[in-house]
Amino acid sequence: MYKDRDYDIIVIGAGHAGCEAALAASRMGFSTCLFTMNLDTIAQMSCNPAIGGLAKGHLVREIDALGGEMAKVTDKAGIQFRMLNQSKGPAVWSLRAQTDRVLYRLSMRRVLESQENLDIKQASVEKIIAEDDKINGVLTSLGIFYGARAVIVTTGTFLKGLIHIGLENFPAGRAGEFPSVGLSDSLREVGLKMGRLKTGTPPRLDAKTIDFSKTEPQWGDEPPQPFSYSTEKITNPQLPCYITYTNSETHKIILDSLDRSPLYSGRIKGIGPRYCPSIEDKIVRFSERERHQVFLEPEGLKTKEYYANGISTSLPYDVQVRLVRTIPGLEEAEIMRPGYAIEYDFVYPTQLRHSLETKIIDGLFLAGQINGTSGYEEAAAQGLMAGINAALKLQGRKPLILGRHEAYIGVLIDDLITKGTNEPYRMFTSRAEYRLLLRHDNADLRLMDKGCEVGLLDKAVYQRFWEKKRFIDEELQRLKKIRIKFDGSKVQEFKSLKDESLEQLLKRPEITYEFIEEYSPSDKSLTPEIKKQVEIQVKYDGYIIRQMEMAERLKKVEKKRIPEDFDYSSVSGLSKEILSKLNEVRPANLGQASRIPGVTPAAISLLMVAIERLKRERGERGNN
Amino acid sequence: MFTDDTIAAISTPVGEGGIGIVRLSGKDSIEIVEKIFSSPKNKTLKDLKSHRVIYGHIKNPSTIKEVDEVLVTVMRSPYSYTKENVVEINCHGGMIPLRKTLELVLKEGARLAEPGEFTKRAFINGRIDLSQAEAVLDLIRSKTDESRRIAIEQLQGGLSEKITALRDRLTELCAHVEAYIDFPEDEIETASKEEMSETMKDIDRELQALLKTYDEARFFREGLLTAIVGRPNVGKSSLLNALLKKDRAIVTEVPGTTRDVIEEYLNINGLPLRIMDTAGIRAVQDIVEKEGVRRSLQSIENADLVIAIFDSSEPFKDEDFEVIEKIKGKNAIIVINKCDLPSAFDEDIITSCIMNHASCILNISATRGDGLEELKDRIFDLCLKDWREEREGVVITNLRHKTAIENAKASLNKAMSALIDNQPLEILALELRDPLDRLGEIVGAVTTEDILNRIFNDFCIGK
Repeated sequence: MYKDRDYDIIVIGAGHAGCEAALAASRMGFSTCLFTMNLDTIAQMSCNPAIGGLAKGHLVREIDALGGEMAKVTDKAGIQFRMLNQSKGPAVWSLRAQTDRVLYRLSMRRVLESQENLDIKQASVEKIIAEDDKINGVLTSLGIFYGARAVIVTTGTFLKGLIHIGLENFPAGRAGEFPSVGLSDSLREVGLKMGRLKTGTPPRLDAKTIDFSKTEPQWGDEPPQPFSYSTEKITNPQLPCYITYTNSETHKIILDSLDRSPLYSGRIKGIGPRYCPSIEDKIVRFSERERHQVFLEPEGLKTKEYYANGISTSLPYDVQVRLVRTIPGLEEAEIMRPGYAIEYDFVYPTQLRHSLETKIIDGLFLAGQINGTSGYEEAAAQGLMAGINAALKLQGRKPLILGRHEAYIGVLIDDLITKGTNEPYRMFTSRAEYRLLLRHDNADLRLMDKGCEVGLLDKAVYQRFWEKKRFIDEELQRLKKIRIKFDGSKVQEFKSLKDESLEQLLKRPEITYEFIEEYSPSDKSLTPEIKKQVEIQVKYDGYIIRQMEMAERLKKVEKKRIPEDFDYSSVSGLSKEILSKLNEVRPANLGQASRIPGVTPAAISLLMVAIERLKRERGERGNN
Repeated sequence: MFTDDTIAAISTPVGEGGIGIVRLSGKDSIEIVEKIFSSPKNKTLKDLKSHRVIYGHIKNPSTIKEVDEVLVTVMRSPYSYTKENVVEINCHGGMIPLRKTLELVLKEGARLAEPGEFTKRAFINGRIDLSQAEAVLDLIRSKTDESRRIAIEQLQGGLSEKITALRDRLTELCAHVEAYIDFPEDEIETASKEEMSETMKDIDRELQALLKTYDEARFFREGLLTAIVGRPNVGKSSLLNALLKKDRAIVTEVPGTTRDVIEEYLNINGLPLRIMDTAGIRAVQDIVEKEGVRRSLQSIENADLVIAIFDSSEPFKDEDFEVIEKIKGKNAIIVINKCDLPSAFDEDIITSCIMNHASCILNISATRGDGLEELKDRIFDLCLKDWREEREGVVITNLRHKTAIENAKASLNKAMSALIDNQPLEILALELRDPLDRLGEIVGAVTTEDILNRIFNDFCIGK
């Protein structure tokens, strides 16, 4: 064994989680090394060439507000930006960008390579080394040891990855890349329980062989809106996607080939995501549907490769060719890369703390798909938090834990470690109890203070944020103060009004900020963003207050901490099922305990009293 | 789970005596009682010193109807049992005003306390010392078990199925709205505004119908009116005392000792009885006793259940026939008392006469206690079974369930106005979660996972 140098923090895997983790750790001042099995696939988008979308776009904005990188890189690589759900209220608007896959990779690599305190190495880590339940370092396949005070594992689908195309299968981390076998065993050896999941991708097609005239183009917004609070303008040329549909012929080919599907022949054991089913799954489960959408998404500005989103499949290659060619516009299409399904090992995330540190090994953090999630954004969010929390740990500071009322990131991590998951976990806005608080537009207001406090957020960005915040507050005050007398108004709608503040006026569904501005403009030059923010805050006011009150109550319960060594079996009256769940999750506080599926309010009552008893026995003061 | 809200409960045992206490604990308890209390000199509770008693009336603020004459005590934090603001309302008018008072404070914002919750708060807030912790735990456990076990559930058979069905329809509605929010690009056919509105109206109607049954099941809370009747000196008062296990009524060998109707509460497996011992029925001259007999007959008329007693140690008398005559058409149990003494009964009379008029006959000895348990069982079966059979649907008897359904209905109405007012969908989604949570208090919560399951089952989602 050759011993190379020591680092403060080592990150294994340079996907979306690993990049954020490494950047956060090094930016917070720690010598960091990022290991990747292939320097040329750093920040690879292994699935669809898009970032954001419902709830995921929220995550990207939150990453940005905390000082992460994903939003900025997406702005550099984006070739189509669309704000989704604009027909609905602002809490559920969400940005999505089609991205140039190569540009994304290179932009992220450039950021990593320019980062102080950060080394990037191509090597395959085979083993994590822990002593007395404390992390010590890592060992690569060449037998080189690197010491570390904290290790963050972000290996995505690489742990014992197994690719299926029809009844063929072979070990791989992604199409064309080696899997990681030793590391998976190493994690098991230190005592982590692992399961198996599955995900899949569609075939990628050659644009030369696509007849786009038979499809409907779908353009992005004009002008494109950036993800990052620090991006001023999107400069890339913008491209459309194209929509086409499957038909009964497609469906017949698929149904006739199910005996050669690894999914239906039982070869695939891992559980796949229900929100991202393969085309064979959609056709079997929703047989009444006459067609399914196919989105043809450009892979980049300088390539002719198109991603056929909507026909993810693990059927054999010849079936893929035949089914693709039944689709209008794709009659002559050539497949450049076939679709495939991949099975991989993941760690049951209930073994983690809110900081994403494992409960059993001090200093070992896990982030991304290894924790059972799917999606670039979910991965990046966890990577960022693991990086921040590893750094905070080495600084001797308390971990940064975002509440469910503060961020989708908080919802994501709390869900994972409290409820676990048995399918690849994806974020949805419906997972958030406080959806009206967690908006796309106010990620900065929610999180920039925290980003600044941990030391990640750029000073200039924070300064601008403060100014924006001040303008918003002042404008809100002004709207409260200024009253308009409507007596004798000639306008029909205002006949019933007498004397109202601008705020009350703006609360009316039919009144917009623009209208207010016409009546009584602010003497400051407010940006459209500020105006929008003011309008949203006023219009949603009642609901925002209601959700904030709910969040306050929850916070009180979350303050009731459960001692780490608490013996649940000492509380008589808990059912066996509840007892085993509490022992599995070992919740940090009563709030988390109450969210474990199956734990009843009566059980929480018993716990509350038993914990209070223990505290008093140990001579600690009570909570109140 | 939360310990920062205001809880309320009747803190005296149910069905014993005319006086009872409604107790509130929590930061809003004084404000809540203030809204339903009025003193003759217009004094307010907020100005009342801690640990002082004030006289006044409980009034329903919406109807201004007087509910009861009361004494209210305010105990301010931290000098109270729970260390929170505590208000105790001493009601004097018996069970009915007591329950009405409780319902009023719940309507004004208090939450019905969980089993053992006052004591739990006292402990958590440091009012009770460590040595009592186990007792607190026992209390939560036992009361929870008890409330789960109570025989009332028999009566409610089907309630949880009914609520679950309504909850599932709401879940489906939520799933539609959520799918539309979270999957804007998928071609999913969600319900139209009209369809959603129809479903909500339908659920609202069903909730309303359920709430109505609460009133119909009034006897369950106020007590099943039960009259003990018989000719003088067959042992009516002895039976009452035996059932109550105390000497409530004066028992002598002199016929006509009981001159008035004596009313007592008795609880059989959770079924409350308002049990009336009546004056013996006979032709009399004495004015007082005559009035007593008249009242006895009146009691039979009003009673939900009649227990007619006959003395088997003496031959059947004319007055016994008169009793048989009076209980015709009533829900009656025939009790043949003094089975410890040699029987002087003619079996024929029993078969020909009595059997036709009652669904069951029991032999007991009120003085020795023989057959009393069986009598209680028969009362319980008879009342519940008959009552159930008359009703096809589900019945709500429990205040906790009623409150949950009322709250569900109120929040469903908010969701309906959100729909009508064309509020953004995420607002509608928010309003729909509330009734779901409320019904969840009865049949178990619906989680986000349940809603997602529903979405993935009903819609073809995902690119």
